[in-house]
Amino acid sequence: MRAPDNPLLAKGDVLLAVDNVSLGFGGVKALTDVSFDIRKSEIRAIIGPNGAGKTSMLNCINGFYYPTEGRITFKGVKRPKMRPYVAARGGIARTFQNVALFKSMSTLDNIMAGRSIKMHSNFFWQLFRHGPAMKEEVEHRRFVEEIIDFLEIQHIRKTPVGRLPYGLQKRVELGRALAMEPELLLLDEPMAGMNLEEKEDMSRFILEVNQQYGTTIALIEHDMGVVMDLSDRVVVLEYGRKIADGTPAAVKGDQRVIDAYLGVAH
Amino acid sequence: MLYREAGQFKTTYVADSAIFPLREDRIGLAIIILGAYALAFLGNSFLLQAVMIPFLVFSLAAIGLNILTGYTGLLSLGTGAFMGVGAYACYKLMTAFPGVNVIVWIFVSGFFSAAIGALFGLPSLRIKGFYLAVATLAAQFFLQWCFIRIPWLVNYNVSGALDAPLRTLFGIPIIGPNATPQTRYLVVLTIVIVLTWIASNLVHGRIGRMWIAIRDMDLAAELMGIRPLQTKLLAFAVSSYYCGVAGALLVFLWYGGAEYDVFNINQSFFILFMVIIGGLGSLIGSFFGAALIFILPIVLGIVLPAMFEPFGISVAADVIEHLRFMIVGALIIFFLIVEPHGLARLWQIGKQKLLVWPFPY
Repeated sequence: MRAPDNPLLAKGDVLLAVDNVSLGFGGVKALTDVSFDIRKSEIRAIIGPNGAGKTSMLNCINGFYYPTEGRITFKGVKRPKMRPYVAARGGIARTFQNVALFKSMSTLDNIMAGRSIKMHSNFFWQLFRHGPAMKEEVEHRRFVEEIIDFLEIQHIRKTPVGRLPYGLQKRVELGRALAMEPELLLLDEPMAGMNLEEKEDMSRFILEVNQQYGTTIALIEHDMGVVMDLSDRVVVLEYGRKIADGTPAAVKGDQRVIDAYLGVAH
Repeated sequence: MLYREAGQFKTTYVADSAIFPLREDRIGLAIIILGAYALAFLGNSFLLQAVMIPFLVFSLAAIGLNILTGYTGLLSLGTGAFMGVGAYACYKLMTAFPGVNVIVWIFVSGFFSAAIGALFGLPSLRIKGFYLAVATLAAQFFLQWCFIRIPWLVNYNVSGALDAPLRTLFGIPIIGPNATPQTRYLVVLTIVIVLTWIASNLVHGRIGRMWIAIRDMDLAAELMGIRPLQTKLLAFAVSSYYCGVAGALLVFLWYGGAEYDVFNINQSFFILFMVIIGGLGSLIGSFFGAALIFILPIVLGIVLPAMFEPFGISVAADVIEHLRFMIVGALIIFFLIVEPHGLARLWQIGKQKLLVWPFPY
């Protein structure tokens, strides 16, 4: 695997900026005037109690929703209203809160499917599965095998993912997102429902992806221990509003954050 | 003992991603193909004309629908009409340009039905499941209306029917009254083998993965950069191409002429049942489905009277007919209960068990 090369942005530059974003569905306001930024090669956590608008935020970032107000700037360009696949082709990958794998396909095929946007051999060669089509298939297979080695899922390479335990499915999903060689990787609760060992493994993979390939990661997570250990900066949402933003230590000591999580005595 | 994975090591990714990685499977396939060709010289004309040719034609149509419904997860009830488009296009082409070999026109006629199929596939971006099925039903009725109402399609033939003019390949008649079942069978068999091979290449490559991705989790597929509309339209086009070629084969190499009502809604359902019983998302299932739905009743029609005969019981033909329906219906229900994923899954399970036989796992 090679790091996605982007000569324009150095580590620490703003990769994605969210400016005064609001998102409403009819009368329901999912997000209100939220602003923060994600810098190149950092791990940015988005936390908050249930229903705070974290997943809505991710959905805005990868083009699934379009903010009713405010704007999102990715790599210095304001994002127009777009279909999600355009965002994906622009370098944003994500995993889902509830695993969204292609259940009938094998692990290998799932990750290969993640390479779809990188494969370009034309339809004619696909018909015969020869020449450029096969060459491309092998080339990408090699890349996918590197991901499989990296995530330590060699033994389930050919197993249909529907049959895998939950923890492994989460890992395959991470692999599928990595196959896109994203610049920005959005992880929606990557550790939900995992036991301690699985969480440790997943944390290790996230850190390694970030450190070895410089991939910028935005993650939503409820396990505070994980968030505080992994992330460089944390943004806290509550009822669709940003209530805190800063380093894990700063956020942990913030009175509003403590109130949001523990409640306020009346 | 003969069917083992052990000892067959793959040293390249090409070998590992082969469609038939097992040597035994490749040998088995070769035997089946050789046997199918040998049948042309061993079988009588009833077997070829009334069993094998239609079986292959329906298998091809079932592969077409399987690409759409099985692999991409888009339900379609327009199969009959798309077959019709192929048949009518082939008729127009081969009568307008009799100088060009008809085999070329059979393959080209599929493109017409692919275009029409893609057109009627446009609603699939917005609607899924039963609702899409209803939208394709519109295609079924509209196209059938065209077949009836546009006499240009049948060259203003007063009977309104398609006829099969004499056409030859290397001087041997393959279409028309003079074509023997043997030559027609060989032509159909070759076309079906070539198109099945191509379908298998498609579904095992990048395009097939995109189709399955759309079927299994369309949201995730889109968030991975797969364009939903293009992918679905491609499935409609390829699927309709297969149906179109199957329709042309049905009229000119099996029936030897047909009217519009061959391509009615019943035909669509017939193919859909083959796909569901054979196995959604399986090419070999398309063949199994066609065999169960089409060949089994014929076999029963022959076997049942023969079974009663030794006991001196003569059964009236209509009773045999009823028995046939009852048995086929019961078997369909039986198979669906035993294996909702179709005969192809049973086949797969059988092969898995054979791999480790005589041990249970």
